[in-house]
Amino acid sequence: MSETNINILVDHLFRHETGKMVSVLTRLLGFHSVDLAEDIVQDTLLKAMSAWKLNGVPENPSAWLYTVAKRKAIDVIRQQQVKQHHHSEISRALQSEWTLSPTVNNLFLENEVEDSQLRMIFACCHPSIPYEAQLALTLKTLCGLSAAEIANSFLTNEETITKRIYRAKEKIKEENISLEVPVPAHIPGRIDAVLHSLYLLFNEGYNSSHPDQLIRQDLCEEAIRLCLLLTRNPLTNTPKSNALLALMCFQASRDNARIDNDGNIILLKDQDRSLWNKSLIERGRYYQNASSVGDELSEYHIEAAIAGCHADAASFKETNWEIIYKLYSILLQFKPGPIIELNHAIATGYALSPAEGLKALENISSLNNHYLYHAAKGDFLIETGEFNLARKSYELALLLTQSSLEKKLLKQKIEALPITNSTINHA
Amino acid sequence: MEKYMFIFIGGDGSHLSPEAQQAQLQRWFAWVEKLNKEQRYVSGEALLPTAKRVAGIKKTVTDGPFAESKELVGGYFVLQAKNMDEAIKLAGEYPDFDLGGTVEIREVIKFDM
Repeated sequence: MSETNINILVDHLFRHETGKMVSVLTRLLGFHSVDLAEDIVQDTLLKAMSAWKLNGVPENPSAWLYTVAKRKAIDVIRQQQVKQHHHSEISRALQSEWTLSPTVNNLFLENEVEDSQLRMIFACCHPSIPYEAQLALTLKTLCGLSAAEIANSFLTNEETITKRIYRAKEKIKEENISLEVPVPAHIPGRIDAVLHSLYLLFNEGYNSSHPDQLIRQDLCEEAIRLCLLLTRNPLTNTPKSNALLALMCFQASRDNARIDNDGNIILLKDQDRSLWNKSLIERGRYYQNASSVGDELSEYHIEAAIAGCHADAASFKETNWEIIYKLYSILLQFKPGPIIELNHAIATGYALSPAEGLKALENISSLNNHYLYHAAKGDFLIETGEFNLARKSYELALLLTQSSLEKKLLKQKIEALPITNSTINHA
Repeated sequence: MEKYMFIFIGGDGSHLSPEAQQAQLQRWFAWVEKLNKEQRYVSGEALLPTAKRVAGIKKTVTDGPFAESKELVGGYFVLQAKNMDEAIKLAGEYPDFDLGGTVEIREVIKFDM
């Protein structure tokens, strides 16, 4: 190893190259041989590890990995370990020595790698596979996470994840789900499932209560990476894909501001906005613009618009609540649910009046165990001058939250309440 | 300063995830950087597990690998150290102990005595 060697690897290089190589090799060998593809990649990484640790990083680490993986794949094909399960044009080309190496080489070209990843996304996020299995399989095959790492990020055990991955793979084989990007006519139907999976993957990271911030960020980054891939192919670069990517960028821009030192989530209204990532907000804007082509309106468009509206506001007070209120009203039609209702009610309170907000909150029946519901109620009750009821709401919220920061903030609010006659009588 | 050959034996990273493998590599790079900085590093190579042996008057060729993976030599460094004690101390920072790896230290014979 020469002293001039700079042994720096790009962050997550092994993980990301694993995802790429598994996608390419699975396309080459057929989905029935996905385990074989994973073995080839594992061997490739081990070889890199034993060579690089003593000799240093080669000039082009990715190309080095691809060369090793290609050779191993060609060996495997020559030994005819690959049964004739798949009948693509690739499999024919692999049967002749003349076309074997060029075909394999060709698949490792950059645009073909991306194409393979895209095919893999469509296979992993096939609507016939349950969502939790889709996520596990995506993280395993496309993102290069091990079953143990996936289990850790989902706060479950390794066995559960291994089973999920196994069942998802079996399903793909049983149903003969081909590793093809759907033809343009079928894209609209299929891409929704893909986007939904990526949305769930992002939320898994974003809303997780996982104590390790890096793990949460990793899941968000992977979701963004895959969504970015969709926007880079003309077939999948739809307004919806761009809207989802915009939403992810806006949400991720707040990452450094939304977790306190103890790992607790800091609510939007309490965040230090100077910590928001400006360049991610700009990227969000870029994809938001790209999403407004055509007349398609999806839940991602609306959620991105809401997140973008927050990103615009210099402070919580300066938020444009009229627009957010309207956006939540539309979002409720797309996907009704108690959390959206809660947000809608809060926006109502800020946009119209605290009394209207209270009324909207009281119409929600299923959030009695949710601290945010009671905290929001308390905030509006102060505005309407009902301090005793506000105190009761805050106290309920205090019982329901685990977050020490939230507890602190709630206690401050309770202490700041004016002492009224009835409180004294009560005491 | 004497020269010592550090022979690296075994060390199995096959159970590690890609991310953990990369982290292990970074540990090696940090170690090598330190050795370079202290001007101890002389040379080193990594070895493939595949091997041939040529032996006897008949020069019989046999195919390797000749050891199980945990006993296989994966490569070597030649490092400079004052004496064997210091070499042993250097070997203490070998990153693959956690992976079941071993370092064998052999002093290089000096000819200009």
